[in-house]
Amino acid sequence: MSDIDIRKVVEEELNNIAPEVDLGQIDSAADLREAMDIDSMDFLNFITAIHHRLGIDIPELDYPKLFTLMGSIAYIDAKLKAAKAIAPPGAARPSAAS
Amino acid sequence: MEFRMPSLGADMEAGTLMEWLVKPGDIVKRGDVVAVVDTQKGAIEVEIYQAGRIEQLLVGLDTKVPVGTPLALLRTEAEAGPVEVPPPPAAPRITPSRIAPTTPPPIPTVIVGPGPAPQLRASPAARRLAQERGIDLATVTGSGPGGAITSEDVERRLTKVAAPPEEKRAAGIDLGAMRVAIAAAMARSKREIPHYYLEHQVDVTPCERWLSEQNAPRPPEDRLLIGALAIKATALALRRFPAFNGFYRDGKFEPVQAVHIGVAIAIRGGGLAAPALHDADGLLLDEVMARMRDLVQRMRAGRIRSSEISDPTITVSSLGERGVEALYGVIYPPQVAIVGFGKVVTRPWVIDGAIGPRSVVTITLAGDHRVSDGHAGALFLAEIGKLLQEPGKL
Repeated sequence: MSDIDIRKVVEEELNNIAPEVDLGQIDSAADLREAMDIDSMDFLNFITAIHHRLGIDIPELDYPKLFTLMGSIAYIDAKLKAAKAIAPPGAARPSAAS
Repeated sequence: MEFRMPSLGADMEAGTLMEWLVKPGDIVKRGDVVAVVDTQKGAIEVEIYQAGRIEQLLVGLDTKVPVGTPLALLRTEAEAGPVEVPPPPAAPRITPSRIAPTTPPPIPTVIVGPGPAPQLRASPAARRLAQERGIDLATVTGSGPGGAITSEDVERRLTKVAAPPEEKRAAGIDLGAMRVAIAAAMARSKREIPHYYLEHQVDVTPCERWLSEQNAPRPPEDRLLIGALAIKATALALRRFPAFNGFYRDGKFEPVQAVHIGVAIAIRGGGLAAPALHDADGLLLDEVMARMRDLVQRMRAGRIRSSEISDPTITVSSLGERGVEALYGVIYPPQVAIVGFGKVVTRPWVIDGAIGPRSVVTITLAGDHRVSDGHAGALFLAEIGKLLQEPGKL
C-alpha cells in the first residue's frame, strides 16, 4: 500500500468524523484534535476505523504518534511494512493492506 | 386512547411529523419507537408509553402540530369493545368504495362525487390502499390527470413511511433552531434557578493507570474513556445524594429514584445536547461506554429517542483531553444540578509528604439553591472524587 493510498484511507476516515472540514486546508503537521475539533470519542472512533480497515493494531500508548496527518500516515506505513516482513511469502494478508 | 405529540423539553411548542414507523393494526409495546418527529433538537424518535394496537394514524407526514395534539389512536388491552374513531382533525378522510379485490385496479382516475370538501381526486385503488395503510390522501401528491392520486402515488408515500429512516432522514441538525432552543432553556435557567458553584480537584492518576491496563489488551472498539468513569462515579454518588437527582417543577423538588445521566454532547458546527444515558448507576463500565458511544453517534446523526431527550435527571459535561481545566455549567431546567469534568492535566501533587507529577481533574458542580446547599454539594463532589480513587470498583 503506497503512501498515497494510506493518505486516502486516513482522509476518508477523518472525513467521516468531521465532514465539514476541508482536509486540503489542514497542515499535515498540525494536531488534528485541535485543527479539526476532534474530541476523545472522535479520536477513538478514528483509531477503531483504521484498525478495522487496515487490520493493524494501534495500542493506546501509540495514540500520540497519530495526532497529526503526517504522523498517522508514517505510523500506518511502518505498521503495514512490519506486518508484511513478518508474514511468510505468499501468506494471506488483510486484503486492504495488500 | 390517544397518542399525543409529546413535549420533548420545556422549550418545545410544536413538532413536525416526519415518519410513521407503525401502521394501523400494528401491535406496540411500551417503549416502542412509533414515529419520528422533527424538533429544534433535530429529528427525535418518539416512543409510546402504552401497549396496544394502533387503530388509526391521525396526522400525516410533514405536518407540524402543537404539543398535545393527538397523533394516533391506540386501543389498549384495557379498552374493550370497538374503538370509536373520531374524524381526523385536519383533512377529511374519504371512505373508499369497496371494489372487488380480484379486479385489477383501473389506472384511470375516478372523480368521486359529492363528498367532504376539499375534494380529492384519487383512483379507487389508491383510496383503498391509502385506507388500508393509514395514509391520509391529503398528504399524497397526485401524478395522474388533473393531479389525481393513483395507487402508485400512494405506494410512493408508503415506501417513504416504511423505508429505513437512515436513507430518508433529512441529514443533519438545524443548528439555528438548536441555538434558539438552547437560548430559551438557558435563559429560563438563569432567570429561575439560583445557581451555586463548587469545584474540587481530584487526582485521577489511579483512573489513568487502571484505564491503560484495561485498554492494553482490548481492540479499539472495546476501549474505555475516562468520560465513562466520570459518568459512572457521578451516578453512584447520586445514590447517596438524591437532592441532586430529579426535577424542580411547580414550586417543588421531585426527587427521582432512577439515575438518568444527561451526557453533554457537542454538535459539530456549534450545537449542544445532553440526551439521557438511562439507569447509569446500575450499568457495568463497559455498558456505560458502549451507551455513550451509541448516544454520541445517534445524537450527531439525528437518531435520538424522545425519552432520551425528555428524562435526564442530571447532566454531566466532560471535556476529556482537550479544552480547559474547569467548566461551570448552567443547569438544564427542570433538572437541579450539572456536574462538569475539566480536562485532565498533569500537576505537581503532594502524596505522602513528597511532591510528584499526577493527573488532576477539576470537577465542578452547579447546584439549584432552591433544592440543596453548598454543604451537601461539597459532600457530593467529594464522594465522586473518592469513587474515582478506586476505578476497579466502579
